[in-house]
Amino acid sequence: MRTFDYARADTPEAAVAGFAQTGTRFIAGGTNLLDLMKLQIETPTRLVDISRLPLADIEEREDGGLTIGALVPNSDLAADKRVIAKYEMLSRALLAGASGQLRNKATTGGNLLQRTRCNYFYDTAAPCNKRAPGTGCAAIGGFNRIMAVLGTSDHCIASHPSDMAVAMRALDATLVTLRAEGGQRRIPIAEFHLPPGDTPHIETVLQPGELITHIELPPPPAGRQIYRKVRDRASYAFALVSVAGAVSVEDGRIASATLAFGGLGVMPWRDPAVERALIGQAPGSPAFEAAADALLAPAKGHGSNDFKIPLARRTLISCLRHLTGTSL
Amino acid sequence: MRFTINGRSYELDPDIRTSLLDLLREHLDLTGSKKGCDHGQCGACTILVNGRRINSCLTLAVMHQDDDITTIEGIGTPENPHPMQQAFVRHDGYQCGYCTPGQICSAVGMLDEVAKGWPSHVTADLGAVELDEAEISERMSGNLCRCSAYPGIVDAIGDVAGAKP
Repeated sequence: MRTFDYARADTPEAAVAGFAQTGTRFIAGGTNLLDLMKLQIETPTRLVDISRLPLADIEEREDGGLTIGALVPNSDLAADKRVIAKYEMLSRALLAGASGQLRNKATTGGNLLQRTRCNYFYDTAAPCNKRAPGTGCAAIGGFNRIMAVLGTSDHCIASHPSDMAVAMRALDATLVTLRAEGGQRRIPIAEFHLPPGDTPHIETVLQPGELITHIELPPPPAGRQIYRKVRDRASYAFALVSVAGAVSVEDGRIASATLAFGGLGVMPWRDPAVERALIGQAPGSPAFEAAADALLAPAKGHGSNDFKIPLARRTLISCLRHLTGTSL
Repeated sequence: MRFTINGRSYELDPDIRTSLLDLLREHLDLTGSKKGCDHGQCGACTILVNGRRINSCLTLAVMHQDDDITTIEGIGTPENPHPMQQAFVRHDGYQCGYCTPGQICSAVGMLDEVAKGWPSHVTADLGAVELDEAEISERMSGNLCRCSAYPGIVDAIGDVAGAKP
């Protein structure tokens, strides 16, 4: 690990002010950042410790939504009674991710900022446009079982690893930040993550020194909720495919639907065409197949991850049956 | 830097890069916590910080100066073992023993999470937690045992959990 300067911030304003120079990173739970620093994939010259900032509360808002402090640990958010009662998909997504030890340390804001990564990103002997821009992508043509099939570019095909962010995407969360130059910014999660394009090392719209302080959830969506994760082993593994969603049915027709996907995309994935294919339709195979067609029309396999495309179709249809109470 | 570990205060000045695990092992001779992967994947370094189980390899010592740190040395001693340590012996919850301190710290922290009503990935009704074998296995998935003593580990934890009033 390269050495660095360290400072503990006592207020969000001080944290942002302490972010004066290039090479500075905020550290909270540190479970992803330190992992990468040990491999010298991340080499910050200065760490601003934000772990003691008073941003670890969950509060109900008058509109029926929740405001979640960026430092609420993943375990606490998953176990919160209000989250369980109103946002079950979020609780389930969190519980499907990582291990008990990691969830105790990892924070809500940090989860959203974990690096999009693959095995070749970790392998410092391999070319990787994300780790070392311009060197190439070893995953394209390499072992790419876990990689993305949606939103990839010729420069990077890594899938976004978060479960929590998939639920946040389905729930239309908004990030609230404190900007380096002062003042708040509100960023809908739909606009937060960036596709790799030809700059895969840039993963979010967050600017240097900008600090996530809160995540706001609007009131919960109508209908039954689900988070289903399909993976290579039963626990402590990244998703091959995951689905977060809620669907409501009125008078025999799908009245509302929100669906987001993990394991498939280069970022937490949501496509309005999927929901359009469902709304107004009678629950059943024709509508469910049409939704899967809409999701997977732009999908592109890279060899060893081709299986994700049919797997995503079957997983989505299975989830839609569950959400609408439709049998085979 | 000042640390509180197993109820004792320490003052020392390690390199800023020192992980909490390396502080324990290399600076304080508290070698019960083990280094397996050093990347948060194996759980051999699990300790309790303010009562919560974490991977001590994936955090910086400097960030824990005001915390209450408990390692396996603070859980019990050969003369006065913790009920979880006794249960691991009784149920043969190890072979080589390398992962055992992490398993035991993790199990103690995990049962506290259950007592608080925290659900897990396998909990059917998130509002009603009942500890069974599947729950124990899921909740302990961050602790690997290469000797695969898992049946004994699950039995030991179940024994302690059942023994609770």
